[in-house]
This record gives sequence, structure tokens and C-alpha cells, in this order.
Amino acid sequence: MKTGPLEAARLVMVRDLRLAFRKPSQLLQPLMFFMIVATLFPLTLTPELSRLRDAAPGVLWVGALLSSLLALEFLFRDDAQDGTLEQFALSGQSLTWMLFAKTCVHWLLTGLPLALSAPLAAVGLGVPAEAMWSVVAALALGGFALSLIGAISAGLTLGARRGGVLLSLLTLPLAVPILVFGADATQRAITGGEFAPPMYLLGAIAVLGVTLAPLAAAAAVRIGLE
Amino acid sequence: MLKVAGLHLWRGERHVLRGVSFAATPGQCVLLTGKNGAGKTTLLRAVAGLLDPEQGEVSWRGTAARKSRDEFHAELAYLGHDAPLKGDLSGRENLRYSIGIRRTVTAPEIHAALERTGAQAFADRPVRTLSAGQRRRVALAGVLLTGTVLWLLDEPTTNLDSDGKRLVASLIEAQLAGGGIVVAAVHQDLELGSGHVVNLELGAA
Repeated sequence: MKTGPLEAARLVMVRDLRLAFRKPSQLLQPLMFFMIVATLFPLTLTPELSRLRDAAPGVLWVGALLSSLLALEFLFRDDAQDGTLEQFALSGQSLTWMLFAKTCVHWLLTGLPLALSAPLAAVGLGVPAEAMWSVVAALALGGFALSLIGAISAGLTLGARRGGVLLSLLTLPLAVPILVFGADATQRAITGGEFAPPMYLLGAIAVLGVTLAPLAAAAAVRIGLE
Repeated sequence: MLKVAGLHLWRGERHVLRGVSFAATPGQCVLLTGKNGAGKTTLLRAVAGLLDPEQGEVSWRGTAARKSRDEFHAELAYLGHDAPLKGDLSGRENLRYSIGIRRTVTAPEIHAALERTGAQAFADRPVRTLSAGQRRRVALAGVLLTGTVLWLLDEPTTNLDSDGKRLVASLIEAQLAGGGIVVAAVHQDLELGSGHVVNLELGAA
């Protein structure tokens, strides 16, 4: 009996999770990078908490963006090299669903842990305790949008020999709105302002990403396989 | 049932496929021969739909394969140069996922296929610890498990011992006897005892 598209997507997720936990070092690398960046800032800036607090949104979000760019390289690369993506494309299943599943796993393994560990870094930047949940929520949502947008660039750079730099160049302009609204949300959470509006905008970008990015990524991967 | 008409394909500046045409009906095997670089792999990839030809058409069951891509792909199994396996998973796990996304597959079915290709003994070891020939046996079990009509095999006997070569021949014979179609790129002679075999030499012109 032919597998349904959702069941195929579920299998891809299970497979990717299992693979990831057999190679934990690859998982930890982006997270370590984020933690190092975010904890070095308080050491190099002023020890004054009020001024650190001003810099906190920028530090957290730039760190998160760079670390997610670092992780994006792994999104499709291994599967492209060993021919798995080729088999996905030839399976008669919807490539869109399978790539969406892969992107979700990617976020689960990089974006979400990063958001959850952000309070550790945020404490060092003088972020008040009551703002922590908002910081985590903004980074989690923004990270999801980043993974989705990154999937398009990762698909487009499959064919390129040294895709890493190109991947960053392609992703950065698209990632700027997420960076702006995400940092704004974090800023408002810290200063106690209205937190919802930038979160709605982040949510809108994520929804747009969910609807369009997997389709675009699938088209890009099919070109990349040539 | 499979019809390839006038395929022209360039790779960069090179005109690799110069109007290749052939057709195959159930029970027929098309063996692609030719020198290195003659375009055997390119032709197989173009038939599978991984490459878009500049000219010409592949049709399956009377309709253009590009138009009904998913239906066509659901009926074909493609095995390239390298076995499409994940090094960190065992052979059995690899098959469970790679076949699972195509169709419902049970553990006994996987077991039987692995046994058929002689991969049973090392099916639970991580694939990265296997030799190239062992990987190919696992990958062949995968082709068998797809249960598809059309097989596209690129050098299926690479890295296999003489025993393995006989295995490939017998798998192809069984596929043909069951009404399947096989298109295979071959270097060495593949000795098929039965079935209707057509030779197609590429790059001769």
C-alpha cells in the first residue's frame, strides 16, 4: 500500500531525529557558538547592568542568527551527498512535505534548544527574570521562521561547491525582518513595553514561511539535483 | 510501456545524449553499454526525471513522464553509483525508512529481501562499517523491496564478487519474469540466462 504524504513526513522526522542523536557533536556546535558569543559580550562590554541590558536584544539576536546560519549548512548537505535526497525526489511522494518535515526537525534540534538555553546567556546580559519567558518565546518563533527561510537557501546552494558563504549571503537579506522584529520584541520584553505587536509580525513571517518555504525549497532541491 | 524518444542533453558545452531513442515492454531488459563518459548515467538520470533533457521525451504508459511525475516515480526504482544509505543507520533501519516513505513495509518483508540479496548477516551493523560490496547488497534489497515495475540500475554489479554478479543477474531475471522492465548501465557483461535483452550502445555515433 502506498504511504500517505503525512506518514512519509513522519518517517522522515523519525529518521532525522534518530540520525541526529547518533551524531550529537553536530547538534551541539551551533548551540555552543551561540553561548560563546552571548557570554563573551558581558566580559568585553561595560559591567554596568543598565547598559548591558540595552545591548542584550542585539547580542541575543545576532548570536541566534549567526548560529542558525552555521546550522543551516547541515540541513540538506548530508542527504544530498549520500543520495538520500535523490531517492526522496524519486519516491513518488511529495518532496514539499518531506522537506518541511526535515526543516521542522532542524528547528527542533537547533532553534528550539537555542531558545531554551537563551536565559542562561540573558542573565549575563542583565535581562530581568520576569522577561525570560518572552525572550524564549521570541527566539523560538523567530528561529522557526529562520529555519524555514534558510531551507530555501539551503536548497538553492545544494549544487554549489562551497555553498557555505553563498548560503549566508542568500539568507541574510531575508532574515533581516526577523532580526528587526525579534530584537524589538526582546527589547519590549526587557523594558516592560507592549510585547505582542512584534510577536504578531514574527508569527506572520513564520506563517508565510510555513506556506511558501517548503514549496520553494522543493523546487530548489529538484534543480540542485541536476 | 517505457518509451524514450529523441533525447538530447547537454552538460555544459558537451552534447552528451545525441538523440537517444528506445522502448521497452514488460519482460524486457535494456542494457546500456558504451565507454566511460558515453552518457550511460546521464541517460538513466534523464529517464528517471532527475535531469531535464533539452529535447525529446520520456513517456510511461502512454503519457509523458514529466506530466504525471509522481505516478511515474511511484513505479520506478533507481539505483545510482553509490548506495543511497545512511552511514549511521543499520541496513535494516535504512530500508525501513527509505522504503517506508514509498509504501507500507513490514519487518518480515525487509528480512526476506535482505536474505535474498545475502545481506542478512550484516544488516544490523551501521552501514559505515560495511564494505562497498556489502552496501550494494543492502541497496539491492532496497530495490527489490520497492516492488516497482521499472528498475533503473547504474552499474549494478560494481564492487560485487562473482557470487554477487550472479545474484544481480538472477534478480533481473526474476524481475523480467514477473513482467517488470529493467534498464541497466553495464560495464562488464551481465550474463542473463533468460528474458528479452536489448543492447543499446551509447556514444557510438
